[in-house]
Amino acid sequence: MSQYNFPDAKGHFGPYGGVFVAETLFAALEELKAAYAASQIDPAFRAEYEYELKHFVGRPSPIYHAKRWSEMLGGAQIYLKREDLNHTGAHKVNNCIGQAMLARRMGKPRVIAETGAGQHGVATATVAARYGMECVVYMGSEDVKRQAANVYRMKLLGATVVPVESGSKTLKDALNEAMRDWVTNIHNTFYIIGTVAGPHPYPMLVRDFQKIIGEECLTQMPEMVGRQPDAVIACVGGGSNAMGIFYPYIPFDNVRLIGVEAAGDGIETGRHSASLTAGVPGVLHGNRTYLLQNEDGQIIETHSISAGLDYPGVGPEHAWLKDIGRAEYQPVTDSEALAAFHTLCRIEGIIPALESSHALAYAAKLAPTMDKDKVLLVNLSGRGDKDMHTVAEKSGITF
Amino acid sequence: MSRIKSTFDRLAGEGRKALIPFITAGDPDVALTLPLMHTLVEAGADVIELGVPFSDPMADGPTIQRASERALAKGMSLRKVLELVIAFRATDVKTPVVLMGYANPIEAMGLEKFAATAAQAGVDGVLVVDYPPEEAATFGAAMKSNGMDPIFLLAPTSTAARIAQVAEIASGYVYYVSLAGVTGSGALNVEAVAERLPLIREKTGLPVGVGFGIRDAATAARIAGIADAVVVGSRIIEEIEKSTAETACANVKALVADIRRGVDEVKP
Repeated sequence: MSQYNFPDAKGHFGPYGGVFVAETLFAALEELKAAYAASQIDPAFRAEYEYELKHFVGRPSPIYHAKRWSEMLGGAQIYLKREDLNHTGAHKVNNCIGQAMLARRMGKPRVIAETGAGQHGVATATVAARYGMECVVYMGSEDVKRQAANVYRMKLLGATVVPVESGSKTLKDALNEAMRDWVTNIHNTFYIIGTVAGPHPYPMLVRDFQKIIGEECLTQMPEMVGRQPDAVIACVGGGSNAMGIFYPYIPFDNVRLIGVEAAGDGIETGRHSASLTAGVPGVLHGNRTYLLQNEDGQIIETHSISAGLDYPGVGPEHAWLKDIGRAEYQPVTDSEALAAFHTLCRIEGIIPALESSHALAYAAKLAPTMDKDKVLLVNLSGRGDKDMHTVAEKSGITF
Repeated sequence: MSRIKSTFDRLAGEGRKALIPFITAGDPDVALTLPLMHTLVEAGADVIELGVPFSDPMADGPTIQRASERALAKGMSLRKVLELVIAFRATDVKTPVVLMGYANPIEAMGLEKFAATAAQAGVDGVLVVDYPPEEAATFGAAMKSNGMDPIFLLAPTSTAARIAQVAEIASGYVYYVSLAGVTGSGALNVEAVAERLPLIREKTGLPVGVGFGIRDAATAARIAGIADAVVVGSRIIEEIEKSTAETACANVKALVADIRRGVDEVKP
């Protein structure tokens, strides 16, 4: 797929993406598009971004051969891209640094963000502290309760956390509220979107700030195993860690790209967040993509054990990659993800995020069906410290 | 000629400005929407904007969000909104009805099916908040081929080029959002609106409605002095919120009649 060149100038990935926003936001998106384009041809911007990734985030993140786990599974060799070792514990920070640098370049002293689990909120609060910016994070009031430790982390970093009481009181409502703040405070505010969704140019821009993950893999895999992997596996909520590792691999036709969605209690129960598996195309949050909705076109409540995957839409580029067959998307349930979580803890000494555990769970299904000389590369997008509470609760333990 | 155009033509002939109240269909209850629509007309509405509730009303402030949530909780849907318009048309064939909402419920129904059904129901115009002109070519064509007006928003941040772009695709009227923000937000700056309108009028001959932040007769009067139509939404929703099912129509009638007096203070 060497001809892949998306999005087009208007932000479309085939029928997906685009700019579905009220007129009040249009000028701000045009301004952002122009600032982003200018930054991409400015060598100083690129150099500073790389410096920050190296010295503040700790990149490149290593790739780790999960030997014991691979042996246990008895099939393909599993390699883990260790985004969990980044500063703030997940891939989210790659994008936050890029966008905060853009904000500074555009002269916006205030940044806002939406967050579900709190990882993107923490990453945004971190870079806001790092650059001396005011930071407001919108978080569904249900998530504020579920993720108390991350709320406190954001406050320690100087951010204001605003609980959102509207709608289902989760990530999608936090996103609505952040958009409302942005449209009201456009003159001094930059909206740092955490995933590859939203109106153009966000899906492109977030992908570009996350593609460092896959670019490093392109160099690291040949060094470690002498070739590129047979498949790359990543979890998909909005889909930023997956786009980050998939994008540089799109031209490599022999590398399967597998996105793993949250099947929650099971697709058949209706309690899940698997928009590519069970959704239909529609318009939400500024872009056209696969959505979980009822027959009246209302967005329905989603479920996943991992707050970071608990979202009714998905980045438009994933919708396109699915339709053109370049990537495939597989559902993994809460219990399968939990099992993979526990296995990785005990066999490899790594506590993965529940989001990433979905990708691990699919790797555990796939590996035994493949020969031992095959190679799977899994994006371990975040560490699981934030999930102690959820996992303990599932085991009947309260702290 | 469209009902919207003939309404504006008639008002222009009389030297009056239009009053366009907004309510959300199904708020607070499905059974109350039809009486409220007739009440709006009795109180002096020239055009009714009927909100189609959506689960994620990104461009709306807390008041209209709550109205959407109440309406959805009562089972309101785009299909039922169109049934309400049919019922309204049984006794009122004169007052234009403009649906205002978000793209997804329309796309879920299917744009062509929606356009045909809405036209047949007696809808005159449709404003899809999250269809900017860039994404609205198919929508605009579907509206026009079914004899309805695609209504578009303009904002204080809209450039001259964008105003021209909207002018090309819009019909009926254009809706100028008087402040940067969501529906129902703070104070409106009449001077700033007045400064902006000449640029819009230079690009389009369509009537210009102004909304967002108009809460009383005095502000309505000042806006009527510079625009062709005054749009009032959140303030009416608040009145409905404060009322019971029994008092809602009377309270809304008093409020809208008062705003009507404000609009009519402007003499040619």
